[in-house]
Amino acid sequence: MPQIAQLSETYASQIFWMLVFFGLIFFVIGKGMVPKVMETVAVRDKQIADDLAAAEAARKAADDQEEAWRVASNNQRGEAQALIAKAKAEAAKATEGRLAGVNAAIDQRLAEAEQRIAGARAGALEEIETVASEAAGDIVARLAGVTVDAAAARVAVKEALNG
Amino acid sequence: MAEAGKVDPMHQFTIEPMFGTDHWEIAGYSIPFTNSALWMAITTVVLFLFVWGGMKRQLVPGRWQMAVESMTSFVDNLLAANVGPAGKKYVPYIFSLFMFILFANVLGLLPLMLVGVHPFTFTSHFSATGVLAIMSFAIVLIVGFWRHGFHFFSLFVPHGTPLWLIWLIPVIELVSFLVRPFSLALRLFVAMMAGHVLLEVLSSFVIDSMNSGALWGTVVGLPSFLLMIAICALEILVAGIQAYVFALLTSLYLNDAENLH
Repeated sequence: MPQIAQLSETYASQIFWMLVFFGLIFFVIGKGMVPKVMETVAVRDKQIADDLAAAEAARKAADDQEEAWRVASNNQRGEAQALIAKAKAEAAKATEGRLAGVNAAIDQRLAEAEQRIAGARAGALEEIETVASEAAGDIVARLAGVTVDAAAARVAVKEALNG
Repeated sequence: MAEAGKVDPMHQFTIEPMFGTDHWEIAGYSIPFTNSALWMAITTVVLFLFVWGGMKRQLVPGRWQMAVESMTSFVDNLLAANVGPAGKKYVPYIFSLFMFILFANVLGLLPLMLVGVHPFTFTSHFSATGVLAIMSFAIVLIVGFWRHGFHFFSLFVPHGTPLWLIWLIPVIELVSFLVRPFSLALRLFVAMMAGHVLLEVLSSFVIDSMNSGALWGTVVGLPSFLLMIAICALEILVAGIQAYVFALLTSLYLNDAENLH
């Protein structure tokens, strides 16, 4: 076993070179390079954390803005609806008023027309009676040769017409 | 090396001076640049290239940068989970430890023999793992006494110790505490050595049985070869697990020193 057989002749060399090379590694690589590598990692981790925080903040701001927009839009919608309702009510009122006016005018014209119709009918009836009584007087004069008094003929015709 | 025709599974762990540096010494201690030191150097270079490739510092990482960052994050999470916020300052040490062992283990497993290079796994030497273990242990001691002073000794009296056991528990705790560097060093060294010996023994079965003829090649060589494939996969797993265990235990010990119960 060379580890033991050669120990007395090699231990000094082993220890010396071990210290030399491990010292080199420790001071050059461990102390010199590893902190820089770790710093790079730390910088990256910090950048990632910062970016995440910025993204989170941006998300929060967006949420806030959306909330504000929602509130504003709700308010505006409410106002618009109130406006529409008011306009509708006003329009309905105006329509009602105009309808009432037009109705009254129509009613008046209807009444006038009915009155005119009633007048015309009464005139027509009277004329029919007159014509009928004259016709009746003529017919009686021709058939019976009797001259009938116009007033009597009229009374007789009225009785016949009105039952 | 054993005599020709036989495979010595331990030969792969032999340390040899390289490039004629046998005579190098400091204060009387001979410190030749060995094959072990060479692979420490290779591990260092490969690890440097790996981390350097991940230093582009892009905001959106490429694959390589992602790989390096996942390793540092892995160590960071390990320390955060086991030590807490105070563990952040140990990231360079635990990262160096974990990656050094991981790369050493994996590089030692590479089939570089195909291109004529003999990989050497220096983590299969307790003289190498011991340095790392003692270093971790020393850091735990220094941090512990630095932060808590002599109060650090209360580590040996866990909460809820019955009064009548107060003479025994600290002794057991002290022993288990002092065993830590040995368990750290030996666990890694044994695991790596055992795996490499096993692979070497199995490969010698394959080669020797093939040389003995088609019958033995089929009966012994083929199953050994299939087993080798499975064990190679296992060894890759072990390479990662042992590096992880070393780093995990070190961070657990650091937790004792930092937070003391």
